[in-house]
This record gives sequence, structure tokens and C-alpha cells, in this order.
Amino acid sequence: GAAHAEGFGLGREALPEEIAAWNLDIRPGGIGLPEGSGDVWTGEEVFVEKCAACHGDFAEGLGNWPKLAGGEGTLDHEDPVKTVGSYWPYLSTTWDYVNRSMPYGNAQSLTPDEVYAIVAYILYSNYLVEDDFVLSDETFADFEMPNADGFFVDDRPETEYAQWSSGEPCMENCKENVEITMRATILDVTPDTGSDEEA
Amino acid sequence: MSKGPSRRNFLRGAAAGTALIAGGAARAANTPDPLITEVQPWASGFGDPVDAHPYGLPIRFEDDVIRRNVEWLTADTISSINFTPIHALDGTITPQGCAFERHHSGAIELAKSDYRLMINGLVDRPLVFTYEDLERFPRENHVYFCECAANSGMEWAGAQLNGAQFTHGMIHNMEYTGVPLRTILEEAGLDAAGDPKDKWVFVEGADASSNGRSIPMDKALDDVLVAFKANGEALRKEHGYPVRLVVPGWEGNMWVKWIRRIEVMDGPVESREETSKYTDTMADGTSRKWTWAMDAKSVITSPSPQSPIPHGKGPLVISGLAWSGNGAIARVDVSKDGGKTWETARLAKPGEKMALTRFYLDTDWDGEEMLLQSRAMDDTGYIQPTKTQLREVRGLNSIYHNNAIQTWLVRASGEAENVEVS
Repeated sequence: GAAHAEGFGLGREALPEEIAAWNLDIRPGGIGLPEGSGDVWTGEEVFVEKCAACHGDFAEGLGNWPKLAGGEGTLDHEDPVKTVGSYWPYLSTTWDYVNRSMPYGNAQSLTPDEVYAIVAYILYSNYLVEDDFVLSDETFADFEMPNADGFFVDDRPETEYAQWSSGEPCMENCKENVEITMRATILDVTPDTGSDEEA
Repeated sequence: MSKGPSRRNFLRGAAAGTALIAGGAARAANTPDPLITEVQPWASGFGDPVDAHPYGLPIRFEDDVIRRNVEWLTADTISSINFTPIHALDGTITPQGCAFERHHSGAIELAKSDYRLMINGLVDRPLVFTYEDLERFPRENHVYFCECAANSGMEWAGAQLNGAQFTHGMIHNMEYTGVPLRTILEEAGLDAAGDPKDKWVFVEGADASSNGRSIPMDKALDDVLVAFKANGEALRKEHGYPVRLVVPGWEGNMWVKWIRRIEVMDGPVESREETSKYTDTMADGTSRKWTWAMDAKSVITSPSPQSPIPHGKGPLVISGLAWSGNGAIARVDVSKDGGKTWETARLAKPGEKMALTRFYLDTDWDGEEMLLQSRAMDDTGYIQPTKTQLREVRGLNSIYHNNAIQTWLVRASGEAENVEVS
């Protein structure tokens, strides 16, 4: 491999057009965004046409399909409702994921302006912007999500490993009583595995 | 043709209170066994010719050793999960054909000839590799478990699903052949990246979901593999054919399938799969992110709800699996009384780093009810916690990373049930 000072000389140089086609990730602050813009009302039109069949007209989610709006203030509840508005820390993730992987079954079919508009409409559905809001590559970095500070880096080494690596575990007389407190057969949500059918 | 007793007959027999005399136990015979005294067809005629099955499947009597899904878990079966039949397997290597699947936009068909892998970002030279290129780099072989971050996730709030396949079956363990990610990154050149300490790689698949994840450079340069063979043969389509990422010890979501691009970056992308998903919400509403390692865990695979004791009292093999993403399994203890007393089980082989380990407790069952538990320890000294211990730290809503001790209630009939105990 004369092409490489070191290494095996395998592969070939990626062309700019190829990198542009695949390097689509958008980072916090909007790093990587293409030029473009979209407003709430355009977003509603696109959303109703391409998204609402699963996510509902108001991004509230139909059936088992994901809710994109609502749930604010529920993260410490028994059943938190985790949506773009209530949970997602970065707006960049919404743009990136919609652009690359939605609509479900027809991904990568949206134009940048359509993605800006859809994201603007999702923010509106979460009561985070007014109905005249316009999202663009220039205004993107100004937007802060409500749960931006809701995340912390894995702290298991301090909060868990330290207390559960305590030498020799108990082997005898570890508990006085053992009571059954829950049973899966009462819930009865396991699929019939058919393993008891007559073969 | 003779056939073993079906489980339904066994359970009926047990329910009717009849003695457990199911087939197989050697005991004094009053009458000669016709399976011995009469010439059986297989001892007289022909079996299948060698051209009958160019690529064989298990014998039909094993047709319940299959992946199963749980419909109510997900909105559809495209972005969904199924489960490895760990209750019926032994040893440690998972047969690929029944190894669990988790897709976010289905299992795509990607031919080797259509395959491309791009390396870009903070590298000296962005590169494109074909599949054939990858096979020309020096290879390594390693056995590792791949456990979904959500394995046992349905059990956070209580005992829900009745079977080890459903509670612990989002896991497989294979021998991978591949190229260290380090080799491929060095081929592109990392001088442009500078100090690797604060650098990341972003990896994504060729499928519509892309499943993009950010991995710190330390891990990328340590033991991550770009793998193209598993258990000796090409990856199965549903496991990433022709190339997937293998990320030893870390949550299965990061094992990006059909991997098409690796970007060296100076920070994480904070993609959907590491913000909306694969973050772990605590009782106070804040959430852990970047919970990559899968902690030490174990489960008794037999007896278990789908694998009841068929033979009555006497010799009983209690068998199970243990694993840790933080090292090798050093020891597994088994309790028959819900954690009051423990016995140390026998490891079939010494634990290997970040791989499934088989354990056995060879015991003599007195026919009484048991509350079976297993407790793994890894070589960092970490002891698998109870669900109560986990809940005290995390609450009930963290969804992922449930590595709690599992309890099976085994009744005098030999049937078993998923329970929680005080």
C-alpha cells in the first residue's frame, strides 16, 4: 500500500459526495444542520399528511404508537409520560431522528424544510412555542428543551458498585422469613408457549 | 412410534395426584421394555440419505425450542423484540437460528456486494471499505454475550412474565470473528483526532432506523470488533448480515447491525437511542445517561416455569447462566429457600470475560416446595443485587438494566412459577 504511510492499504478514499450522503447526524446546538426553515402551520399540514396516522393530529400518539407531546411534569410519577416535550434533552435529536428515520416505513423521504416544519409543529404541540414560530438553521441553537438538565452520566460505580462489592456475601441465616409477594400467574400476560400441546 | 410423555399429560397427572413415574427413570421393571425387546424400525430400515438436508434444522421433537415474542410489548412486530429459548438450552453458545432479535425498522437484506463501510470525521483519510476489504484485515475470535438493555425490563414493577425465556431471553452468546475496530480506525489514521481521551465514535447501521450510538474512543480502541462471522458462519440476516459491531460487556443496543458508517468526533451525538431511549429514569425524575455496561446477572434456566421438573424427587440438576459486562464470573451461589441459605454452584468452565458462563448445582430434591434463586459474583467483587436493593437506588421506572436476582417458586408437582419474595 503505497497510499498509506502505515496500515494495510485497504479501502479507498471516501468522496465528498459520499460523505455528504451518509453523514447526516445533527449534534446538540444544531451542528450539522442543512440550510432551511419551516413554520408551525406548514408543519401541521405535513404532520397531518405524513405523521398523524400513527402519532395523532396533535402529536398525542394513537394506540400504542409513541406520544410526541404531553407528559410535562410526570417524570417522577408512577407512570411517567416521556415525550419530546417532557423528556428529550436536545432539539437536535428530534431533527436528526425525524430526518433520518421517519416516517416509519418511508424514512429519508422528507426535505430539510419539511423536517424544520415538522419539528416546529412538534414544539407547538408541546406548548413550547407560539403558532407563529419559525424554526431555521439560524435560530435552532437558541431553543432550549425543558428537560435539558434532566440527565446525568452513569453513576453506578459510586451509587451501586461501591455498596454491592462488599466482600463475602451472606450464606446462612440471611433472612428470618421469606414470603411470596408477587406472582406472574396472577397477572397472566405470558403468551401461551404451546409447549404443553399434544405433539 | 414411541414418544416421551407430553408436558400436558405430566401436568394432568400431577394435578390428579398420581405418582410421578414419567419416562426415563431407571427402576425395577416387572415386564420387559418393548423398546428393548422388539426390533424398532430405526434399527432395521434406513435413515435419511446425506443429500436430504444440505443445511439442517433441529429434529422435529425440539420444535418448541424457538424464539417467541410478546405481542403486547410493542406497537408492531417491526420495531420489536423476541426472546431466546434459554430455558431449553445448555452450555453457553446460543444457536444462531433461535438467538433473539431486536430491530427498530425490521431485519433488512443487505448483500455483501452492496455492502459499504465508511469511516469519516476526525481521521487523516476518510475511507470506504467493501466487504471484501474487511476480510483482508487480521482477524480475531472472541466469545461475548449480547444482552438487550431492556432484558428483564418488564419485571421492574413485579413478577409479570412466566418463563426464563421471557424474563431473561433478550440475550445471546456467540463466538465472533472480526476485525478490531482499532485496526480500522488506524487504517484511516487518528493523528487528526489528537488526544483520544475526549474523542468519540458515532456508529450507525444501514437500516432505516440507523440506530446511531456514540461510543467513547477508549472503548473503541480497546475491544470493540467489526464482526462478520458468528458461531463459525456468516452472521444471520437478522443479526446484521454481513457486518455488525460487537461491543463486549455493553448494552445490546450499541451492537449496531448492518453497520455502514463510523465517524470520529470530538463529542457525543446524543442521538435518539441515547436520549429518548437507553436512558434510565430514577425515582426523582432525573435520568442516567450512558449506562453502557451490563452488570453481573444470573438466572436459573432449569427448573423454571417453561422447564418444570418431570421426574419427581431424587437427583436434580439445577442449571443456569451467569454473566457480567464488567469482567468474568467468579462464582454463582444458589438458594432453594428464597435467599435464607445459599450453596455455591459448580461452574461448567471457568468464567470468561463478558461471556455467558454455565453453572450447575447437582442436588437431591426431597420433593418439597422450593424458592430457587441464583446470585452471581464477578471478578471485580460485585455481587448481583436483589430487586429490592435495585429499587432502593433507582425506583421503579428505569426500564433498562434490571440485573436483579430472580426467584422461581417450584411446587411439589415440579411446576415452577415466576414470583417475587420479601
